[in-house]
Amino acid sequence: MIVFGVLAALLIGCALAVVTTRDAVHAVLWLAVALVGTAGAYVALEADFIAAVQLMLYAGGVITLMLFAVMLTDRLTGAKVLIESTGWPRGLALGLGFFGLVAYAILQTELPTGSLTEPNSQLLGELFLTRHVAAFEALSVLLLAVMIGAIVIARRKDA
Amino acid sequence: MTVPLQAWLLLAAALFGIGMVGLFTRRNAVAMLLSVELMANAVNLNFVALGFYRGDYAGQVMALFGVALTVAEIIAGLAIVILLHRKAKTVDVDQVVELSG
Repeated sequence: MIVFGVLAALLIGCALAVVTTRDAVHAVLWLAVALVGTAGAYVALEADFIAAVQLMLYAGGVITLMLFAVMLTDRLTGAKVLIESTGWPRGLALGLGFFGLVAYAILQTELPTGSLTEPNSQLLGELFLTRHVAAFEALSVLLLAVMIGAIVIARRKDA
Repeated sequence: MTVPLQAWLLLAAALFGIGMVGLFTRRNAVAMLLSVELMANAVNLNFVALGFYRGDYAGQVMALFGVALTVAEIIAGLAIVILLHRKAKTVDVDQVVELSG
């Protein structure tokens, strides 16, 4: 209960900071804290392997990429990159409307109350290579396609 | 673990909603990608929470697929942002009007 409270406060606070702070680099760093907090939530939900993947892929890889993109698009002037925000009424109405709708649905629905007793990375691996092997292989193809696509899109034509 | 599943789902819905607000208010393409990331993260949290309370590891399998898909999406998105910056000299989505009808 205490763990959930702390994680929820951390995640909501960081998420709000990500969408409200005006400094682009700060926004990326707040997102990094939010992603690490989510890894904490995964540990609390007996998903140790997902937590490790989250830390390595998101908090490591994606945050580095994001910082790289922010600093590259800044044209290296040394000035802070400020983010413009417009349309607050529309955005807030959409976000609150979505949350209200989903919260209503969640509170109306009868939900399962069981629980996993322990993290089980071995079973996870077996599931990936037996029952979900087709999706797993399709994902590999997707990652390859994205890798090639990113190179083709971002490549300089004269290089 | 005494927290009911509802609490986790509400937390994920709140995170998704906050990401949605960011997506609709930010005008910088990189900041919009950050908001999309928040939303995808909330979805993965949902998968893991549902899997936990159903006593089923399929939720974690879905979350792993979700993580990989999000990473792929962010890479493609950032490549487009960098190309946009090179061609249009801006990442402000309101100033990129070449494709607007």
